[in-house]
Amino acid sequence: MLELRWHGRGGQGAKTAALLLADAAFETGLYVQGFPEYGPERMGAPITAYNRLSQTPIRVHSNIYEPDIVIVVDETLLKTVDVTAGLKPNGKLLVNSGREPSEILAAFPDFGGAIYVINAADISIRTIGKNLPNTPLLSAVVKLTGVMEADTFFTNMEKAFTEKFSAKPEVIAGNLLAIREAWTSSIQINE
Amino acid sequence: MTIKDRMSGNQAIATAIRQINPDVIAAFPITPSTEIPQFVSSMKAEGLVDTEFIAVESEHSAMSACIGASAAGVRAMTATSSAGMALMYELLYVAASDRLPIVLAAVNRALTGPININADHSDSMGARDSGWIQIYSENAQEAYDNMLMAHRIAEDPAVSLPVMICQDGFITSHAIENILIEEDAPVRAFIGEYVPVHHLLQPDKSVGVGPYSISAFYMEMKRAQFEAMRNARAVIRKVSDDFGAKFGRQYGMFEEYRMEDAELAVLLMSSSAGTGKDAVDALREQGVKAGLVKLRVFRPFPAEDLAFALKDLKALAIMDKSDGFSGNGGPLGAEVRAAIYGVHDGIKTINYVYGLGGRDIRVDDFFTIFGVLEELLDGRTTDRVRHIGVREK
Amino acid sequence: MKKNPMENITETSPWQDLTEGSFVFGEGNSEFFNTGDWRVRTPQWNPDQCRQCLLCFPVCPDSSIPVTDSKRGDFDFAHCKGCAICAKVCPFGAITVSRVGEEESR
Repeated sequence: MLELRWHGRGGQGAKTAALLLADAAFETGLYVQGFPEYGPERMGAPITAYNRLSQTPIRVHSNIYEPDIVIVVDETLLKTVDVTAGLKPNGKLLVNSGREPSEILAAFPDFGGAIYVINAADISIRTIGKNLPNTPLLSAVVKLTGVMEADTFFTNMEKAFTEKFSAKPEVIAGNLLAIREAWTSSIQINE
Repeated sequence: MTIKDRMSGNQAIATAIRQINPDVIAAFPITPSTEIPQFVSSMKAEGLVDTEFIAVESEHSAMSACIGASAAGVRAMTATSSAGMALMYELLYVAASDRLPIVLAAVNRALTGPININADHSDSMGARDSGWIQIYSENAQEAYDNMLMAHRIAEDPAVSLPVMICQDGFITSHAIENILIEEDAPVRAFIGEYVPVHHLLQPDKSVGVGPYSISAFYMEMKRAQFEAMRNARAVIRKVSDDFGAKFGRQYGMFEEYRMEDAELAVLLMSSSAGTGKDAVDALREQGVKAGLVKLRVFRPFPAEDLAFALKDLKALAIMDKSDGFSGNGGPLGAEVRAAIYGVHDGIKTINYVYGLGGRDIRVDDFFTIFGVLEELLDGRTTDRVRHIGVREK
Repeated sequence: MKKNPMENITETSPWQDLTEGSFVFGEGNSEFFNTGDWRVRTPQWNPDQCRQCLLCFPVCPDSSIPVTDSKRGDFDFAHCKGCAICAKVCPFGAITVSRVGEEESR
């Protein structure tokens, strides 16, 4: 079983991203869970969302304390939230940031696992036209999990976007471009 | 054909409602059940249901409207949580004493004080004496399945009582999980048409509903409700068996997990049962004879069956997701102990209060509880009530 | 005479014989309850003083003042509870009230 934890702020869509990941993994035949943990019900408050992906049915209904992968949707959280808490020593950390790798690395002097960075904001602005980091982040996360091949993911997402944006088909192409570009845009910044 | 899908507990309830296509839904939004009326009004707008959706101004009105609709002879439903259910309490009693087969989707949330939006069972436990049948669901699948059975149980002539289908707020209501959805036609065939015996809209047969009942009649009416609740046990078993035969998922009054030769067990309801099962599996691998009982039907309370299922245990932890503030443990603890008292007095019991206001309970917490059961056995503790997951000095 | 569909249910009926959910069948059942038994004061109608203004019958809470062809008749004592509101509203002193068992002027 693969366990993921998302850190974002209320209104940024970390929960939506977790639900989208559950959807994408479900399409490959996996058992999935995607769920939020709500704190204060306020826009901008730190929120956590989780995913479990498994070959066997998932029964456990607790939060995730020792994730395999942590995703930081909003890098401003690095100052206040211990995002690597419980992250497995060989786990992966993905940070959405446009900052220099050295600055990101400086925030994690004690974490020994792989640290990845993606500038999801930049990708989404160029492809979708707005700062909607979820779509590119989802692509980078799916790649990190290794639960499916790029082509399978792209095909699934094309189907999902066609359904989701049936009322505004003009945004489909941009979203597809975002996930394609993001697939190859996350880079590991440590050894 | 069964459809493999994934959805949240609230979506599962909405899917069941679409298939049931009730005549009336009257609801007022409250977290975490808000999505249910929201989905219903979307389905209504899209023409997927013929339901008359009444957007009322409070939960008191929601249940009042359901009572009126049900008395008029149609299928009426609502959804609520926490303070919303509390605002319905008076009408819950009316619905039950009027013997109206209303179905309520309860998404359990702590009943305010301090204000909190997360899961525990204090809302529906407050309604435990209202005369409603209460069925609790571990996950989205069970919420869906239980909802498909609700109308048949409620409308059975031997029962004629309202039913609430409960699931844990956020933990399952907002979690996407795998689920098996049945096709519309077999679901509708299973549920069937509702043909009320008496209702308000018969021009040739006048009927008055909800009269004042003087002392000379009140207790007889309550005795009749007791009988209906007793009858509900056999009806729930029958409907669950029919459901299992038709759709392949078996349900009883409770689920026994690895109880065949269990010596130590926990008993609880809803989402945390899944977490407990993982703990039981891990303990079994270490040679501990651990088991778990997940109570599905809290009202009517299956006391005799439960006592029989627990008879070979040495120690049992009864886990309450609401305190009850008797000072002596939660409502489930009291009822389970009453069920085994004088029947299987050899079983040592401890009552745990857990998971209040969304406090998480982990597999490790179950290990702790099973450890305390060992202490209970060898006399290292004689505590009757404890809390788990609470910070203490 | 109209039959009371609930006549078999009395204060001695066992719980099994009551209706489910205390449903009450039939319409206008109140006429089967002779609330006149409860009366502690009795109104008397004096037709000689009555001008048939009909101010009295709408205020009667028990519909115990029968009106036929726009004219009131004597009280329905099977249902009159003796509240005396009719006497209060009568502008012509055509209704007097006595306590049961003793004469009393209004």
